[in-house]
Formats: sequence, structure tokens, C-alpha cells
Amino acid sequence: MKTSPLAGNTHRRMNNNTVLIMITIALFVIMYAAGCIAYSEKGFDHLQTFLNILINNSGLICIACGMTCVMLTGGIDVSVGALIAMDCMFIAVGIEYWGVSSPILMLLVLLIGVAFGLLQGFCVGYLGIQPFIVTIAGMFFARGMTAVICTQQVTIKSDPFFVGLANLKFNMPFEIGAYFNNKGKEMIPYFRLPVIIALVVLVAIFLVLRYTRFGRSLYAVGGNQQSAALMGLDVKKVRMKAYVLSSFLCSIGGICYCLNTMAGTTTQATGLEMDAIASSVIGGTLLTGGVGNVIGSFFGVLINGTISSLVKTNGKLISSWANVVSAMLLCFFIVLQAVFAKIKERSKG
Amino acid sequence: MKQIRKITKMRLFLPIFSMVLVMAINMIYDVANGNVFYNFFTISIRNGLLYGRLIDILNRGSEAAILAIGMTLVVSSSAGVDISVGSVMSLAGGMCCMLLAGFGNANVSQYAMPLWVGLLAGLAVACLCGAFNGFLVSYLNIQPMVATLILFSAGRAIGLLMCNSTIVYIREPSFQFLGGYLGPIPTPIIVAILCITVMSLILKYTALGMYVQSVGINAKAARIAGYQSRRIIFTTFVICGLLAGIAGLVATSRIYSADTNNIGLNFELDAILAVALGGNSLGGGKFRLSGSIIGAYTIQAITTTLYALGVSSAQAPVFKAVIVILIVTIQSPAVKAVMAKRAAAKEVAARKGAVGV
Amino acid sequence: MEDKVVLTMRGITMTFPGVKALDHVDFTLRKGEIHALMGENGAGKSTLIKCLTGVHDFEFGEIRVDGIEEPIRNHSTMDAQRRGISTVYQEVNLCPNLSVAENLFIGREPLTKAHTIDRKAIVKRAQKLAEEFELNLDVQQTMGSYSLALQQMIAIARAVDMDCKILILDEPTSSLDDNEVSKLFTLMRRLRDQGVGIIFVTHFLEQVYEVCDRITVLRNGQLVGEYPVTALPRVKLIAAMMGKDIDDLAKIKPEACENRCGDMLIDAKGLGHTGKIKPFDLNIRQGEVVGLTGLLGSGRSELARVIYGADRPQTGTLKVKDKPAHVAQPIDAMKLGMGMLPDDRKAEGIIDDLSIRENIVLAMQAQQGMLKLIPYKEQCEIADKYIALLDIKTASRETPLKQLSGGNQQKVIIARWLATNPDFLILDEPTRGIDIGTKTEIQKLIIKLAEEGKSILFISSEIEEMLRTCNRLAVLRDGEKVGELSGDMTQESVMHAIAGGEKG
Repeated sequence: MKTSPLAGNTHRRMNNNTVLIMITIALFVIMYAAGCIAYSEKGFDHLQTFLNILINNSGLICIACGMTCVMLTGGIDVSVGALIAMDCMFIAVGIEYWGVSSPILMLLVLLIGVAFGLLQGFCVGYLGIQPFIVTIAGMFFARGMTAVICTQQVTIKSDPFFVGLANLKFNMPFEIGAYFNNKGKEMIPYFRLPVIIALVVLVAIFLVLRYTRFGRSLYAVGGNQQSAALMGLDVKKVRMKAYVLSSFLCSIGGICYCLNTMAGTTTQATGLEMDAIASSVIGGTLLTGGVGNVIGSFFGVLINGTISSLVKTNGKLISSWANVVSAMLLCFFIVLQAVFAKIKERSKG
Repeated sequence: MKQIRKITKMRLFLPIFSMVLVMAINMIYDVANGNVFYNFFTISIRNGLLYGRLIDILNRGSEAAILAIGMTLVVSSSAGVDISVGSVMSLAGGMCCMLLAGFGNANVSQYAMPLWVGLLAGLAVACLCGAFNGFLVSYLNIQPMVATLILFSAGRAIGLLMCNSTIVYIREPSFQFLGGYLGPIPTPIIVAILCITVMSLILKYTALGMYVQSVGINAKAARIAGYQSRRIIFTTFVICGLLAGIAGLVATSRIYSADTNNIGLNFELDAILAVALGGNSLGGGKFRLSGSIIGAYTIQAITTTLYALGVSSAQAPVFKAVIVILIVTIQSPAVKAVMAKRAAAKEVAARKGAVGV
Repeated sequence: MEDKVVLTMRGITMTFPGVKALDHVDFTLRKGEIHALMGENGAGKSTLIKCLTGVHDFEFGEIRVDGIEEPIRNHSTMDAQRRGISTVYQEVNLCPNLSVAENLFIGREPLTKAHTIDRKAIVKRAQKLAEEFELNLDVQQTMGSYSLALQQMIAIARAVDMDCKILILDEPTSSLDDNEVSKLFTLMRRLRDQGVGIIFVTHFLEQVYEVCDRITVLRNGQLVGEYPVTALPRVKLIAAMMGKDIDDLAKIKPEACENRCGDMLIDAKGLGHTGKIKPFDLNIRQGEVVGLTGLLGSGRSELARVIYGADRPQTGTLKVKDKPAHVAQPIDAMKLGMGMLPDDRKAEGIIDDLSIRENIVLAMQAQQGMLKLIPYKEQCEIADKYIALLDIKTASRETPLKQLSGGNQQKVIIARWLATNPDFLILDEPTRGIDIGTKTEIQKLIIKLAEEGKSILFISSEIEEMLRTCNRLAVLRDGEKVGELSGDMTQESVMHAIAGGEKG
């Protein structure tokens, strides 16, 4: 290692991490294509299937973006599922019992997200408590608060604005992917508002991570916290901001989720945080920090969604199989990352 | 001041302090309700069985304590956490019940196989899970949290599939013994005490503690000194899996059924918190088993106290969260640094005063 | 502020619990000067630097920087950087996951008009900087793929690009080979000529005389003196650092091997590990002290590690006491009576949270296995024995190792291996970063062990040390053993051999 010449490698090798993301994307394409071929009679190959995946996972996409940002700094946020449940319940109860108008509720939810993130971020960044513990406490807190707000299921029906937003359908422009169903009626694929929100969030976070100082500071802090501090970055602040961002995006995701489910229950979104972590890991984000990309996480979400969709389309398999397949996939990617890391270590000698 | 500092520096300060705090709250509550202040501690015998809030805590906290033993070793050696223990509990219970009932049956009052076969199978599958986790972590160098994420997601699903997606009930009375009573004492308490005792003896009379801690603090240095970190980390995960299996069998026996969706739910969090509350660093290294045990029962005490105070089970997590944050904040590096600064400043001032500056 | 002075520190005092790290220390740095800051371990060098750069909050004293009216007190490294004080540390502090270009501009990335990061500008400016510093590299490649030496130069480039007036280099040459060191010195001289004041913290005497203008010596937290290099001969410098004469160093001389050495203990033939050390032959007799010499990076540590099994040997055979041995990992070597003190004690030696006692019995315990615990009483006896033998300064044997000073930590690790009573002990840089007093003790210990019949493989960057203790030297160059020296050896003959001497 110490005999390397002063001149380094002058031609750029393809980054291991780029390879990982390509594998993720390739896997998604393969899985989706396989589904289209296998289940074409059941209509899997219609564009709507893909759009449905987007619709159903719009909340998860937002959360996964936030999770990626937090994982970049080397941390983790397991409170996101609980926060979504709390947001949904808040909106539901706010509309049905407190009679508050939905725009105000949505704004409040965003503020709650920021406040929640500030609290968690302060504990992690400034008090130096381990992220896992802080966010578990956050998760407990949010789950509990969901029940404190209301213990029963609340369905949203009284607010015309919100209901209207939820029912909003956007047909595919230029009627791409239109088909005729067996009754001879023309079906134009559509998507809903949460999808637009999620995609906007995705693009926005991508730009932030790539083109803003804050975004780059996340990578720096995750790469080597000590170095980042010595280079003048306010590490504590950066870490805190990461959690604020995560909870804020989580609240946006909560709104998307609520638009989809139109209800608040105490058991909503359980396990969603693990889906977000899995999506990020499959998308090439390292839990150690410093490496990651929201585009990869997006495809991680898509893969998860595709698996669920495949299982559902099959009809004969129980949903538990989706869990098992997802877990196996996660296992595959984790092992792959590990193998790549080992190869890299060996080549360094 | 110095005395207080000395006390807070004790390794077991955090868990003992938390436990004392919880008991104090209970006593205040009792007095406020017109009860005797030691009401919390009263133990009586009803129908030949021990009864009382204290017994309740010890009983319900058994699984958490058993899990905490394994989790302590895993955290110490690998600086990571095993989040699959809850799912492994469920899987072990599922495997046991599936065998005892025969595959496909959901409600039996007779064993399809001898009891010990079912129990052994449950433990075996749990050890297998531990080995799987251990292999990923120690031989493939995957981070513990990530590696155990796999079983966390899949464990319950596999258990559910094994039980043909239903809850399997074993109505043979002898099945309930692990979750029932041995004489006047609830069996889970005895199982927990047994596990704690065995591990303590192992730690005292073998070098397991030194092996685990050395690897946890500096695996490279340990390797040069002849320790094989891979084997050691693998072993800790297997032990953790085995203990999760024991806890799972106890939990299953309590409700004499394999409710794979609910057994062990959120137990991994309690186990991890127990380790942290026990004053052990989640970053690995030195550990105190007694701290984790006290931590496990403290968390159970918090839960029980909350129920006694009228908080519903769905809302209890809020209080748990606040208490945990408070306790961990006091132990946080930032707060410790502030206290250290204050102490140093006092020393400087004292010296300045002595010199007459 | 005087005309040519860029930094004055006066009366700096800093106390940690129980220890006065700095006691009214003065320091002056002039513009366009390379100023060495020297002292043994515990002298206060790093504490002084940390007070300057804002890591520590010093109690008394005053710091003034040229161009700023009021005395300054930095509260963070960012403060210091803004005032023109930059530091490059021994453990290079850059982010390995980001590219070279990004590392150069973290925290101060050039922005476009839209307030987004101007990635093109970063690459362009980075390339310019790399050319200025004559670094032949791809600025878009991740940092982690470049050598330590290169990373250091990049760190310096970053500091310089931030308009620093005062550049602090903290032990920059510890991991560089001679070629890299001379490039570094060229860079330093160029910066000096541009008017930058450089503080050079180092252990290497030769380097100080090669590149520095002035020397400040600290001892036990106090200022001993500030001297121009030309006015301070080496002996006087060492006397200033140690506070006593070091004549006893010269008196150490190993007894000739023919009288004393026994049978062949270690016989390695063709052992090698691809990419680290080419296949080599080496034999060591009982009671012999063999030294490995060569430039940094020539494969000395790698050779030792392959014998010990710390790196698995991929070719060749090893015979221990004339019996074939299969050593694939350290425990195998230990069972054959070997021990190794690794060169990086922090990464591979110290188990800092464990007590001194536990650290000392660590290797012994590994030999016995997990199930056979060494009884507590015996552990205490062993620990006490070596604390006394090696004069380890500690209040109790239960003190966690991290609370000891570097030199004492090193002694504990040495004790760990002595406790296993090995037939063959590998000492890789046992005296690096150690004060001169302890160095002498360790060298005497090596000779004593050899007289007791143990074999030693001794690696050191200081040829003088090895000449004083070794019977034989194996010479390495570029990852390969190229020869051996024995008999009457001098520094000159060794350096000739390293440069390109006989083929063994």
C-alpha cells in the first residue's frame, strides 16, 4: 500500500456503487418484464400496473428519499412508519372530529414533521445519542400519540377538498398505453396526485444532494465525520438537518399515504420504516454512510412494489410470500454489496 | 458534589437509577391513591400462586431479560444489534407448534409428536437463524443491523407459512408449563433465572467475556493476539438465536398457541433498550450483563407501571419514549462533557483562589 | 506585531484533570519560515497546536496573529481557518468516499448564479491546483483509491488554496517513503518562499536538519528554548529534549552471535504474499537478533506479518525448530511459540477499554483457549510482575489502557508478549513515537532477551537502533528481500545495501 507511486490512477474506473445501482435497475427491469410475460392475460403488462405501483408506494418513495439522506450521514430513522400513522390519524380526526379544514391540517402536519425532526436531530446531532435509540423512542412516541389522538379507525369523508384531491385522476398525456378492456371500453391509464407529489420530491432531493452545499455536506459527514469537522463543516448541524429533512419528507409522505388510504388507524404503516431501509439498501445506499443515491432508492421501492404486485396478480400466493421474496432479494443485495467491498479491499492490498 | 460524581461514574449507575426512579413513582402513586407506600412491593399468595405487582413485572419481563442476555453479547462483540430476535421468537414458536400439532392442523388437544421433539425443534430452528445471522455478519462482513433485517422481515412470514397462515392452538395442558407455574412461582421467572445464572457462570469461569470484549473493542488487535473474531462473533449470534428460541417457547407456552403475527412483536426494541439502559455502549466493547438484566426488568416495570396508572397499551409507548430519551440524554456524551467541563472549571477556580490570583 | 512575525503565543497554559499539559509556553513563528516543534511524548506539542487551532480552550495566555489587532482565541478549527491557520494531520483528514476535487472544496464549493454548486468549476479549479502541486492524478477519482502520501499532498493543497498564512504539519512524514518526503519538502520550501509560516511537528531528527530554519523544544509542558537550526548541533538538541546526556546509548553493543546462538529456530523458504512481499528466504537461529531494514514501504512489516500469519502466506514453506509448520493466522504462530508486536499499536495493539491487567494477559489467554480462564490471582501476579519489570507508570493495574500515555501503552503491549514467553518475538517499530529514555530501555531489553536464548526479529526506521542491537540485517527494497548484512556494519554500509548492494 505504501509503495504506490505519487501518480495515481489516471483513468477512471467505474465506481463499484454505480455498478450496484445498475444491477438494481436491471433487476427491476427483468422482474417487471418477467411479470409482463407471465401474467399478460391478467393484464400485468398494462401501463396501469406500473402506475398502480407508483400510486400505492408514493408515500414510501417520499420516506425512502428522507431515509437515504439520513443514511448518508451514517444514521438511521426508524420512526418514519409511526410518524406517517400519526399524520394520517391527525388529518382524519382533524377533519372528522375537530372540523378543521384540510389545507390547514396538511400545513400543520408538515410543521409537526419539522418539529419532530428537530427534536430527533437535536438528540442525535447535539447530544450525541445513537440514532437507533433516538428514533426508536421517536417511533414509540409517534405510535403512542396516534392512539392518544384516537384509538379507533376514522374514515375521511367530510372534507370535500381533501376527498376531491384524493379522487383526482390524471390521465396519461397523449393517451399513452391506452387499451381496450374485454368489454370493449377504452381504458386510459391514469395516476393520482400522490404520484406527482412523490416524483416532485424525488427530483427535488436528487438536485439537492447533487447541487447544493447541504447535500454534499451529507456525503462528507457520512464519509468521515472527523474529517468533515476538521474541514470546517458544522457536523452537528448537518446531522440535525438530515433528520429534519427526513421527518419533513415523511410528513409529505404521510399526506400522500392519507390521500391513498383516506383513513386513520393505529396500525397503519407498521413496518414501513423497514421497507424504506430495505429500498435504500437495495438502491445502493450504505448503512455506514457516505454512499447513496435517491435514484437507486426509487428503484428499490419499485422492486418492492413489483414483488407485491406480482404476488397479488398471481392470486394463489398469500401475501406472506411477498415478504419472503423481498427479504431474499434484500439478502441478495446485501451479500452483493459485501462481496464488492471485499473485492475492493483485496485489490487495495 | 464529588461523592455524587463518584456514584454517577459507577458502571451500574444508569440501570439502578432508572429502576429506583420507577419504583419511586410507583410508591408516590400508591400513597396518592390512599394505599400503603410499600403496596408496590407486597407479594401475596392466592390459590397457591404468588401474586403481586412485583411478581407481575418479573413474570412478564422474563422474555425481555432472556433476550437481553443474548443481545448484550451481540452488541458487545459486533457493535451492532440483532433486530431479528422478535421474529425468531415467533418462528421458534411456530415451528414447535406446527410439529406438535402436525402440519395443517390449527387446533389440537393431543400431541402429534412428543413434547420434547417440538421444543427441541423450536430451539434448533432458532439456533439456525442465529447461525444465519452470524454467518452474514462474521464471514461476509455485513453490518449486523442490515444482516438481521432479513430475518426480521422474513421470520414471521416463514413462521406464518409453516402454520399454514393460521394460529395453531395446542390445548394439551402440559404444553402450558413453560408459561405457567412451577409450584407458586411463575415458570417464566424460573426460566429467566436459569438462563441468567448459566450465562453468569459461563462468564465467570471461562474467558468468554474477555474474548467477546476484546473483539468488540478492537478486533484487529485481538486477531494479532490470537483471537479469531469471526468465530467469536458467530458464536454470539448463535447464542442470541438460542436465547431468542427459549424466549419464543416461553411466550408460545403462555398463550398455548403460535400467534406468529404477535409473538415477540417489538421485543427486539425492548431487548436493545435493555442493553442500552444497562449502561452498555451500543458501539460495542465492554459490557456488564447485570446492567442489561436490570435494564430489561426496568423497561418491563415502566410498562407495568403505566398500565397501573391507567394508560392504555396503545398509548403506553409515548411514556416509554419520553422516559427512555430522558435517561439516555443524561448518559449522552454531550451532557457528560458539560459536567466534565464544570468540574474542571471548578478545579481551575479553586487553584486560582489558592494561588491568590 | 514585529515586522516579520506572523504568530506569537505567549504564556499559554493548559491543564487537564491531574496533569499540567502546558505551563506558560511561548512560541513565535515568522513569515516565510519552517519552524520545527519538537519534544518527547507528553512534552505538550500536540496540546500547543490544539490550543492554537481552537480544539482546546487554553486557560491563560495570549495568541496574536499578524494582521489582527486584538489577541485571538479560536473556538473551532473553522475559526482558525478563517484567520489563516490551517492544519494537516498525520491521519489525513479527508473524506474517502468523495472525489479529490470535491474534497478540495468541501464547505466552500463555488456556486453558480442560481446558488447551486458549480460542479464544472470545481473540477477545473481542482485540476489547476493539482498541476500547481505537480500531482499527476484524476481529480474526479474518489479519494480512497489514492495512497496516503498523495492524500496528504491534497490536504496541503486544500490548506494552501484557502490562503493560509500559518500551515501546521503534524507528523506528516511518518508514513512516507524517502521519495515522497523529498517531494513534500520541495513543496514546503516553495510555500516558505511564498511567505507562509510553517510549523513542522516531527520526531525525525534528520528531517528537521534538512528542511527547518528554527527549532522550538518543549519538555514536560514547558518551553526549553527556541534555536536557529544552524546554532544547534544534534547532540545539544537531544540533550534539550531529554534533559540529560545520552551517552549510555552508545554503550549498547550486541555480543557476537557465534558464541551464543543455538540451533535454527525459524526457517522460511519462499514465503510470500502477492502484492505485499515477494517470496523470500530467511532463517533465524535461537538467541539471534535479526533486523529488517529498508525504506518505508519496502516490505519489512509485510515480511514479518507473513511469517507470523497476520497475512496468510501464499507461497513457500516454513519450518519451526526443524518441523514443517502451517501458519495461516496468528493463533497458529502463537502456538508455535511466536509473538508479534505490530507497528500500528493503536490499530492493532491496544484494547483501550480493557484494563492493563487484561491487556497483559490477553495473548496468554488466547493460547489457553476460551474454556480455560487464567485465575484472577494469577492474572494479578503476572500483571504486577511486568509493571515492575518494564517500569510502566500507572496508579493501578485495573486502569483502562486508554488512560496511559503512548509510551506506557507500548510497554504494556510488549509485556503482553513477554508474558507468553515466546521463543521468537517480532518487534515492529517498538520505539516509534516513544521518548528517548524508553527507547534505550527497549533496546537494552532486546539484547537481554537474546542473551536468554530468545530470537528476535527487529524492525526499525532508525538504522542506528538496529546497529546497536542486531547480529544480522536483512535488507529489503521494493517489496523484496535483496540481501543480508552481518559482521561489522555501519550506517553507511547499510544505506549502500539498501540503495543497491549485494544480492543475498
